[in-house]
Amino acid sequence: MIITSRFFNRSELIGFVALAVVLFVILPLLLDVFRLNLVAKYLTYAFVAIGLVLCWGYGGILSLGQGVFFGLGGYCMAMFLKLEASSVENTKIQSTPGIPDFMDWNQITSLPLFWQPFHSLTFTILAIILVPGLFALIIGTAMFKRRVGGTYFAIITQAVAAILTILIVGQQGYTGGINGMTDLRTLKGWDIRPDNAKIILYFVEVVLLFACIGIAQFIRLTKLGRILVAMREQEDRVRFSGYSVANFKIFAFCMAAVFAAIGGAMFALNVGFMSPSFVGIVPSIEMVIYTAVGGRMSIFGAVWGSLLVNFAKTSLSESFPQLWLFGLGGLFIAVVLAFPNGLSGIWQDYVQPRIDRLLAMRKSKPKNGWRDNSVADGAPAE
Amino acid sequence: MFGDYSIGDLGSIFVMQGFAGLILFSVYVLMALGLAIIFGQMGVINMAHGEFMILGAYVTWLTSNFFQSFLPSLFSGYFFLAMILAFLASGALGMLVEWALIRHLYKRPLDTLLATWGLSLILQQTYRSVFGPREVGVELPQWMLGSLKVTDSIEVPINGVFVMGLTLLITTAVAYVLYKSRWGRQVRAVVQNRIMAGAVGINTEKVDRYTFGLGCGIAGVAGSAFTMIGSTGPTSGQLYIVDTFLVVVFGGAASLLGTIASAFSISQTQSTLEFFMSGSMAKVLTLLAVVGILMLRPQGLFALKVRK
Repeated sequence: MIITSRFFNRSELIGFVALAVVLFVILPLLLDVFRLNLVAKYLTYAFVAIGLVLCWGYGGILSLGQGVFFGLGGYCMAMFLKLEASSVENTKIQSTPGIPDFMDWNQITSLPLFWQPFHSLTFTILAIILVPGLFALIIGTAMFKRRVGGTYFAIITQAVAAILTILIVGQQGYTGGINGMTDLRTLKGWDIRPDNAKIILYFVEVVLLFACIGIAQFIRLTKLGRILVAMREQEDRVRFSGYSVANFKIFAFCMAAVFAAIGGAMFALNVGFMSPSFVGIVPSIEMVIYTAVGGRMSIFGAVWGSLLVNFAKTSLSESFPQLWLFGLGGLFIAVVLAFPNGLSGIWQDYVQPRIDRLLAMRKSKPKNGWRDNSVADGAPAE
Repeated sequence: MFGDYSIGDLGSIFVMQGFAGLILFSVYVLMALGLAIIFGQMGVINMAHGEFMILGAYVTWLTSNFFQSFLPSLFSGYFFLAMILAFLASGALGMLVEWALIRHLYKRPLDTLLATWGLSLILQQTYRSVFGPREVGVELPQWMLGSLKVTDSIEVPINGVFVMGLTLLITTAVAYVLYKSRWGRQVRAVVQNRIMAGAVGINTEKVDRYTFGLGCGIAGVAGSAFTMIGSTGPTSGQLYIVDTFLVVVFGGAASLLGTIASAFSISQTQSTLEFFMSGSMAKVLTLLAVVGILMLRPQGLFALKVRK
């Protein structure tokens, strides 16, 4: 496939416009601030899902440790916010004023060294990108250079997620333990808790989301995206053609990690806390299911998947808490067995042809949208 | 670190911690054996393995309640029946799952992971609805309580010794079935080359189903043994699934000996470290070491050399 000169083809353009209208216009108009804030929370997972489309859908690398990167990004942001919230005036009732409350509770009397740089916002923003990126680079290099992939990679990333959770929970004095970092208040003096701040943060997040969609779409359309697909389908042939398969995989994995970290940072800002329950094995696998439901090959599908699954989760677990796990479990099985390409696959296979036919009847000239036929049955074997 | 203890105390500590490690080792081996068969031999990632184990634990709990209410005279021996029932229940459920779900996914190993994760959520919720969210404990017969005094400062609990004996028995049985019996030869043939195995007349579908059933059945026995040293709740299985997978991967997927060796090294490291630091840090260090070694040596401790 040659590189298309247009950034989006027609059907993708429709998807783009639809998503933009829903996120920028319809949802802010329809929902109250509380619900809009919930949507903002769901959308933080969309960042992770877009990353997974690149690395799992296109690269064929299933990472079960995206919660790690989500958490690293979120914790970097939360550390900055927490430091700002624990100024000397705010914490004068503590035995050591000026350090976060959980440190004081754990008899720590001075700010640990690795917390010091998080006084600076510039450093924090750099850390949100670089810490998860470098971590992914180390894991990716160690694994992919030795041609470890597939199921092994999935299990090892899962183990990393388990390790990080145990570490965060265990080191209560440095990380806030199982409760996480709560009571985040201001960003550079700007209060993030009132309603108008939540609305502004929502729009900031949506803009960032579209930036990530743009980057992902750009990667998809360049030669890089083609090599990723080729690699997933026939890794050996790509290797024999002289490409360094490992480097491309590392790149995709790092990109996914950085996207997840941005999502995590936005999570800390929008939700106002960060805790290990968004880092471990269960949230990591749930992030994969958002991608799978939306369609592992579709960037827009990933966003819809995160929104819909989370919406279903909130409404089902509010009214029928017992039913929710059955529903989620059934969803996993149904998506894998019946709809490997998720919602976007259903759209492309059933809805899109109908629309095309309808348009064709009107114009009396068939005009098929470009379709991604490269996925027949999902990810390849190791 | 060692300053406060005399040489003799230290020796006892190491023996006692070593023994605690041996019990952990037995549980790991029992859990990992089933997974080594399913993941190592068949290449299927069964994320619901922990839930099969918990099924065995619940079956044991039901049996013990049954004996307590109806056959109190035979209570001291209920455990043996419970283990057989646990094996049959988990094995039957495993074969059902293989037929309904897994056989459609042999060519997509990463998707089995997602589907079985969905299955594990459903099973967890089922357990919660049927048995309630609280953890249940099994009443042990009198002869399993107490401990054996080896020397003045060293004591070993009897239920631990029993679990170890059980592990030894089951491991030997599995090794015998896989490496000496005709059926085990068929299993290994299917693993190495499915098409060729089919061509020489092995019914590969049937072998797959029974292999999966055997792996799940052993998980059930592991769960049954697990009730002797801990209580069981609907989500207990999830706590062990990562450890178990790491044991299998660390050992080298297709090697039974590797699984045992890795279970031994992981459990001994963890229980020895646990004495000197908090449990969570011991676990972090152990898992980090395992992941670190796997990054340097991805094929695990014992790699099977097969032409791919």
